[in-house]
Amino acid sequence: MTAAATLPGAGRPRRLGKALPGAFWALILLTPAFVSLASVSFYPIVNGLYLSLTNTSLITQDQDFTGFANYVQLWGDAQFWNAWWHTIWFTAASTVLETVIGLGMALILCEAFKGRGLVRAAMLVPWAMPTVVTSKMFGWLFDGQNGIINYLLLHAGLIDQNVNWYGSPNTAMITIIIADVWKTTPFMALLLLTGLQTVPNSLIEAARMDGAKGWITFWYIRLPLLMPTLLIAGLFRALDAFRVFDLVYVLTGGGPADSTETLSTLSYKVLFSTLQFGYGSAVSTAMFITEGIIALVFVVYLIRQIRRAQ
Amino acid sequence: MNERRSPLQSFVIYLGALLILVWSGGPFIWQFSTSFQLDKMLTSGSPSLIPHPFTLEHYYNAFVEKQLHRYVWNSLVVSLATTFLCLFVGSLAAFALSRLNVKGRFGILMVILSVSMFPQIALVGPLYLVATNLGLLDTYTALIITYLALGLPLVTWVLFGYFETLPREIDEAARMDGVSVPGLLWRIILPMSLPSLVTTGLLAFITAWNEFLFALAFTSNIDRQTIPVGIANFTNLYYVPWGDIAAASAVVTVPLILLVLFFQRHIIEGLTQGGVKE
Repeated sequence: MTAAATLPGAGRPRRLGKALPGAFWALILLTPAFVSLASVSFYPIVNGLYLSLTNTSLITQDQDFTGFANYVQLWGDAQFWNAWWHTIWFTAASTVLETVIGLGMALILCEAFKGRGLVRAAMLVPWAMPTVVTSKMFGWLFDGQNGIINYLLLHAGLIDQNVNWYGSPNTAMITIIIADVWKTTPFMALLLLTGLQTVPNSLIEAARMDGAKGWITFWYIRLPLLMPTLLIAGLFRALDAFRVFDLVYVLTGGGPADSTETLSTLSYKVLFSTLQFGYGSAVSTAMFITEGIIALVFVVYLIRQIRRAQ
Repeated sequence: MNERRSPLQSFVIYLGALLILVWSGGPFIWQFSTSFQLDKMLTSGSPSLIPHPFTLEHYYNAFVEKQLHRYVWNSLVVSLATTFLCLFVGSLAAFALSRLNVKGRFGILMVILSVSMFPQIALVGPLYLVATNLGLLDTYTALIITYLALGLPLVTWVLFGYFETLPREIDEAARMDGVSVPGLLWRIILPMSLPSLVTTGLLAFITAWNEFLFALAFTSNIDRQTIPVGIANFTNLYYVPWGDIAAASAVVTVPLILLVLFFQRHIIEGLTQGGVKE
């Protein structure tokens, strides 16, 4: 050890680690990841942008540059705006519900009680389950004839006849939001819990000493300190919710009467049912842009919150 | 936290805990129970949680009629290959970013992480064209290559976080003993990171096991279709076979749940680090 320390590199000069600078190895080791992400993520995004400016179709075999023609068509496409509004509504409703209910769950988990480990473990079940399975499961729970939800509500006297949950345009989107909230809220709660646990106990104790009631310490101490976590978790959740595909595609396929059509399901149909890859790419690019705007709004708000806190 | 709780507070906490438990476990328990019930019981109008009479008919249908095992096999091949590739490529990248002098490494990490925010529907069209041109439709390869890129951001991020917690004195000591850079990763850092590798491997596995969109687009044949595509197509001509679907759901979900429960502590730590910090 001491000999090596006094004569660095003298012992085994042929070792690569010494002979070559770290930058060389960094380049070698990062290359596989870069190649993977470049070919499967960046290339398709750029290629999608290009396709959206063409009339590419796998049926007519066209592939001509048409400028912004697809976007002009998109602007006047009622189906697109229908899906756009559904997606925004789904994203807003599910993100807000998941954050609020998740916060409630996190506050309970923050307290010590018997069986807390069990509850925390159980909360991973909805997260781990394949979304397609969740979708089918809610199809059965909310079945219009034999669904257990209808049975329970009927017997509790909350409804007086079976509700055709995802079979009716009025309630289909609500059913999908419920399924999404079920699947992602527990995980949101676990994220928020780690945030809550970083709030120093001494602060809460001090407030209690000064006679602050439970909800006052929550409102003035825990919540403000939790705000950055809440916003970042909300951002990730919103971006994820915005891309919703599996749940809708499997449960309703966008129906009934397009009442649950979202941007992802619409893009998929334009791409793979009509095989209009040009126009389909325009839809998904418009989606990408909307997602970017959502992220930007969150980040600006987040930075402002952090500045105010300082 | 606070020992002196009023009975009312205790009541609220335990009630809340019970609600969370029912929320998280209830629907799947009902699905599980459904898988053992006769169709005529399921449509009888008086549902019961205890399967009576008990039947394995739906499991028989799922495997014999719907060939569930073939989807399970495809999913296993694709998910395991994805997991190992993700761990390999991800640990190389995370190691380089954590241990070697890389300029702007946080910038690089941010770029890697932001990739996971791209809407997948925007990737599927162009990738489908590439797969068609390369003759990769209906192959495991197309799915594995795609899932590698989907899993990589999170795997790299979580492994990076773990590598950062390992003391740097180890590197210096190893260097002085003449260990090369790959040797440092392979013989010292990786063996020390086994818990984290298990967790991240599980995350990559779940990502691949549950993925639907790309599998739907890239495969059209039962020889290559994965479980989510298989279950999504579980329909009969005249009615929805809820019992068969429930049986298939149980088969593909129960092993996953057991794995997750077994590794739950590591998963929560790994994911919260990936999801919230910075």
